[in-house]
Amino acid sequence: MTDYNITDLENTARKLRRHVINMISTAGSGHPGGSLSAADIVTALYFKIMRHDPGQPQWPERDRFVLSKGHAAPILYAALAECGYFPVDLLTTLRKTGACLQGHTDSRLTPGVDVSAGSLGQGLSVGIGMALAARLDKKDYRTYILLGDGECDEGQVWEAAMFAPNYKLDNITAIVDYNSLQLDGFTKDIMNLEPFMDKWRSFKWEVMEIDGHAMQQIIDAIRQAKTVKGRPTVIVAHTIKGKGVSFMENNVDWHGKAPNKSETEIALKELS
Amino acid sequence: MIDYTELSTREAYGKIITEMGAVDTRIVVLDADLSRSVMTKYFAQAHPGRFFQCGLAEQNMISIAAGLASCGKIPLASTFAVFASCRCFDQVRMCVAQPKANVKIVSTHGGITVGEDGSSHQAIEDLALYCSLPNFNVIAPSDSIETVEAIKAAIATDGPFYVRLGRSKTPVIYANGCKFKLGQADMLLDGRDASIIATGIMVSKSIEAANLLKLDGVHCRVLNMSTLKPVDRLSIIAAAADTGAIVTAEEHLLHGGLGSIVAQVLSANIPVPLVSIGIDDTYCQSGKPDELLEMNGLTAPAIAAAVRDVVTKKNKRYT
Ligand SMILES: Cc1ncc(C[n+]2csc(CCOP(=O)(O)OP(=O)(O)O)c2C)c(N)n1
Ligand SMILES: [Mg+2]
Repeated sequence: MTDYNITDLENTARKLRRHVINMISTAGSGHPGGSLSAADIVTALYFKIMRHDPGQPQWPERDRFVLSKGHAAPILYAALAECGYFPVDLLTTLRKTGACLQGHTDSRLTPGVDVSAGSLGQGLSVGIGMALAARLDKKDYRTYILLGDGECDEGQVWEAAMFAPNYKLDNITAIVDYNSLQLDGFTKDIMNLEPFMDKWRSFKWEVMEIDGHAMQQIIDAIRQAKTVKGRPTVIVAHTIKGKGVSFMENNVDWHGKAPNKSETEIALKELS
Repeated sequence: MIDYTELSTREAYGKIITEMGAVDTRIVVLDADLSRSVMTKYFAQAHPGRFFQCGLAEQNMISIAAGLASCGKIPLASTFAVFASCRCFDQVRMCVAQPKANVKIVSTHGGITVGEDGSSHQAIEDLALYCSLPNFNVIAPSDSIETVEAIKAAIATDGPFYVRLGRSKTPVIYANGCKFKLGQADMLLDGRDASIIATGIMVSKSIEAANLLKLDGVHCRVLNMSTLKPVDRLSIIAAAADTGAIVTAEEHLLHGGLGSIVAQVLSANIPVPLVSIGIDDTYCQSGKPDELLEMNGLTAPAIAAAVRDVVTKKNKRYT
């Protein structure tokens, strides 16, 4: 794969965001907010960090990616298509009957998607299972798990958070897309997660805090996480829900709604 | 006055509990980060002190509801039907079903007509799961008017309830009022050739099917079996005795739902030919609700075909 520099990655992230808008707009439904907030993180993983081969989606040595917040499927599909897992043309079949691109990730149907998701709170556990398998098989792949902040309300997230340090798993990196919004409103109003960093620390995780839209910071943090031994790392990425589209940014109404024609035009212009 | 005929079942739910909550202060509402979708937002606005936002945590929500019920409150806990059933089943079993807690679990987005969100969000096992629980009452209303009556009955009747509502608007069946009685089927049409027993959104499609069949001289009884538990055995037995052939229709897996329940009642009491319409042991996918119904044979023409099939079987039997 080509070696992307920071500018290349930023341009790629913008392209993926345009795909997200087009896909959701064409589908007439979907989740733009959480797809856009995760765009830079997903770009960094797929175009810079992860060891993977679009020609062999089932390559046993590949790094694993678990999109625990499965409703952000469009950003993952956009990345997979641009990597070459399937033709970019397929993106606009999102959510249509018979499409391989389901509303929420479906591991049966989409090349490059390892985990079916959509019921929130389960991905960290699945990722732990993959990391345990790596240990058993003496493989050196890493497992990356992307969680939503609202998703962290689920008790299972904290069951998993207790498990990983207990098994001294240092081959996983969890990333929380901390965009401060969930479905019903701001996380601080719906269910306050704070002090969030302290929670992870007290569960014995290595904790990093970054700006989830600063490409260099994302890459530095993920690389640094690889060097942490004897315990798992969580990167809390502060992001903006709807990032890149002015009227979607930080607006709860764009959690799960498709833009209409004129909104799509404006969004695409802003992302050009 | 609210015109419930204009509303989806979930809108009707949100409105009626808001009205009832103004009168009965024992009513409390719990939400798991979906109040904008399950429509408990109206209650939250009108009665903020009795609305508890649990965040995205269904298991916690159910057990908290049970605690509230044990202290005399009437908790309504709502989320999507997939999460209300699969995500917190043990909490429902241990904290609600076993102790007969006065908790009302009202789910929305039941069945495959959730549509584009895909299989992760399409509840097709929920009726089977809830019907499997001792002490539970299980209702799948057929339209917004019946929803209002079902919610009133659930609140008025002590004990655990599961009420399954949908996402999209449904055709109105009870424009002239609905005399909902828990555990009683409602005969919407009568005929002597076969009976269609349906629940939820399949009731209006069954009426459509009966009207199609009438054109060919096939006359059906149509029963709205909105209460799946306790099921109205007598109406099922009477339908079998009077018409000799039964078709069931539900937006749910064939296993464990209405079809299974009716089969059990028939085989134990009055075996007659039965054909069941439902989802056949498979997960569905993303798509437009109508396309998904078509793909799974959950349409009026499919029900009509099933009726013809079951009538043929009946006639073979008696010749
Ligand atoms: C178990 C479960 N409960 C409820 C939902 C419905 N739901 C979908 S997205 C969402 C909010 C998620 O918020 P967050 O994790 O912060 O995601 P983001 O802001 O990145 O979109 C909810 C409640 C779900 N998908 N899964
Ligand atoms: Mg969020």
